[in-house]
Amino acid sequence: MSELGNKLIDGSESSLRAFLDNLPGVDKVGAEGRAAMLGTRSIKTTSKARAIDLAISMVDLTTLEGADTPGKVRSLCAKALRPDPRDLTVPHVGAICVYNDMVKVARNYLDSIGGQSIPVAAVSTAFPSGRASMEVKLRDTLDAIESGASEIDMVIDRGAFLSGKFGLVFDEIREIKALCGEKAHLKVILETGELATYDNVRKASYLAMLAGADFIKTSTGKVSPAATPPVVLVMLEAVRDFFALTGKKIGVKPAGGIRTTKDAIKQLVLVNETTGPEWLSPKLFRIGASALLNDLLMQRMKLSNGRYSSANYVTVD
Amino acid sequence: MSADIFEYAPAPESRAIVKLNSEYGLFINGKWVPPQSKKKFFSINPATEEVLARVSQGNQADVDKAVKAARAAYNKVWSKTKPKERAKYLFRIARLLQERAREFAVLESLDNGKPIRETRDVDVPLSAAHFFYHAGWADKLEYAGYGDNPKPYGVVAQIIPWNFPLLMLAWKVAPALATGNTVVLKPAETTPLTALLFAEICQQAELPAGVVNVVTGDGATGAALVNHGDIDKVAFTGSTEVGKLIASSIADRGIPATLELGGKGANIVFDDAPIDEAVEGIINGIFFNQGHVCCAGSRLLLQESIVDDFLTKLQSRMAKIRVGDPLDKNTDLGAINSAAQLSKIKELSESGTKEGANVWSAPCSLPNKGFWYPPTIFTGVTQAHRIAREEIFGPVLSVLTFRTPQEAMEKANNTPYGLSAGIWTEKGSKILWAAQQLKAGVIWANTFNKFDPASPFGGYKESGWGREGGRHGLAAYIKGAK
Repeated sequence: MSELGNKLIDGSESSLRAFLDNLPGVDKVGAEGRAAMLGTRSIKTTSKARAIDLAISMVDLTTLEGADTPGKVRSLCAKALRPDPRDLTVPHVGAICVYNDMVKVARNYLDSIGGQSIPVAAVSTAFPSGRASMEVKLRDTLDAIESGASEIDMVIDRGAFLSGKFGLVFDEIREIKALCGEKAHLKVILETGELATYDNVRKASYLAMLAGADFIKTSTGKVSPAATPPVVLVMLEAVRDFFALTGKKIGVKPAGGIRTTKDAIKQLVLVNETTGPEWLSPKLFRIGASALLNDLLMQRMKLSNGRYSSANYVTVD
Repeated sequence: MSADIFEYAPAPESRAIVKLNSEYGLFINGKWVPPQSKKKFFSINPATEEVLARVSQGNQADVDKAVKAARAAYNKVWSKTKPKERAKYLFRIARLLQERAREFAVLESLDNGKPIRETRDVDVPLSAAHFFYHAGWADKLEYAGYGDNPKPYGVVAQIIPWNFPLLMLAWKVAPALATGNTVVLKPAETTPLTALLFAEICQQAELPAGVVNVVTGDGATGAALVNHGDIDKVAFTGSTEVGKLIASSIADRGIPATLELGGKGANIVFDDAPIDEAVEGIINGIFFNQGHVCCAGSRLLLQESIVDDFLTKLQSRMAKIRVGDPLDKNTDLGAINSAAQLSKIKELSESGTKEGANVWSAPCSLPNKGFWYPPTIFTGVTQAHRIAREEIFGPVLSVLTFRTPQEAMEKANNTPYGLSAGIWTEKGSKILWAAQQLKAGVIWANTFNKFDPASPFGGYKESGWGREGGRHGLAAYIKGAK
């Protein structure tokens, strides 16, 4: 049981339920309206250039395919370190995100090419469905940490959450967090597309934060809708209010469906105007993506040389 | 990458699309004519105090000429135009407003001081929507519930305010034309330019001469219009003070009036409200259009059990309001419309401090030139404070508290006004109960400042007579309809 949890809840099912059910509801129309309004912010010239570099540094460059191979993962690692091989002023990405068995490949390769500062994140706890025994989930996580993962992206048991077993979800997160200890950062994937309502997104956000999450993450990327702006807004509000309540800063990671520079900048605006600019750092905000990086690079080139280059000017991985 | 450098660079909308004349005449009988008064006044940009154009001061003779033109157009052309032909003109105007939307949006921001985000996303699209909506009614009036042969009044005098110059024009002109009336319109002294651009739209749409006439000027011009002997109806939006003058002026003349007047709307937040969205709604309710909104939620009624948390959230949200250049696409709060309005806001705010309420303004830097007022709230306000009773018509919110739902209703209704109210709770039964108790023409639940041409708008008590918009709004322009 984390110290934080002690102040707000005693860890029992009934205390969790009392806390979560006491949270104010989210008005769907209002939340979507606010997110849409922030989507009209116009980010130009110098602020756009800064936003693009900031977004690149926040990307959790991800490959989560059944067809992943060591070769594919190594080429992604090279791209993570040097997103644009012709322009070394481009910052490296926030992290590499892979399946458990690719962690060692990624870590070793990054270390061999000078990418020691880039963390490797592993998706864990029977990602993406989370439908496995706790024993398997723990083993899965331990395996990733032992292979060199310094960030764990776990999934919550959505079935348990939706059937009201908040205590079960809470205990699973706590156990995984205990396993991560000081060795790995814990990101908790809520899979908001399956939680369906903003009220649930808010409750699940608090549940994860109370249980010790370092980050709350929207989605696995395997379910649609994923990181929609209103969902991210609701999670940012939860993070902001949790900070006011406990003094602890929790990160947010939208993942899934963020493919363009425009989408990414909208996410940064949400952060800027909800939690405030102190969350505009890879330490507290990440974007889980793969195709996004190339669009950011192409917009970066456009800003620096004034024209759009062909897609062949960015690397395919 | 340091975090605090994500400042938004200026993103100004170009003003190149607006081609302003240096001088404007009056638009009478389809033509631009010089004023018989031979007097002109300046319309300025309240954000910079820059002169935008010289505009004509209409006098009694000008008004007379405009009313005659409207009468002739009514008798000879418009009353003989088939309803479905009237509809075509309205559709044409609506489409032209859409085609020239950016031009109208930029001009409205220049002349009024309101942010381009609002003119672009609210004023102009809603104005076009009003013309589209009423175009649809023009040939279906016998199904509107006002008898099988509804008749127009004839010549309608319309006086509109400076807070939503184009939108209030649309609210007035669209139903008047749809029902077959002709119009003499007097835009507000400080914001005549979009009405003059609208006159160009009437020409472009080939609307028959004299159906819409625009006479610019000050209060004296408006008085000349209201007191003219040959008008059949008055429609006015503006202050309750002027509304009362109009009501007494028409009292013995047997002509009807619709009046949309002031308000002191209560936005009531219960402890079971969706708090984050309620904060947004309060912000929208009072800081939309710099608070120059007759239906603004200018009184926040907070349940005592949530006061501290709610005010903390509200203040932190207020600190993020972006105040400045109205043409910047990222601006949330623009300029106060005039020096006179600014001094009124200041005077009432000072009374709040003097009477013991606590003032807090969002930390923001205001431009040196132009008329500006920061987003401000007063806490510790009671029913006995002037700022709880009088309309400030600026970005100033008065916060009161209540203990029980019944007390909230009593405080909300304890005002001579009755235009709008907002209810914030997740409990549906409480919404329905409160909506029945509140004496206000428009009641929003878990939202605020939402408008649609199909939804009637208007007030109880001293907030006005009659309705605008929807089927109910048609009654204002159909003879004998109630």
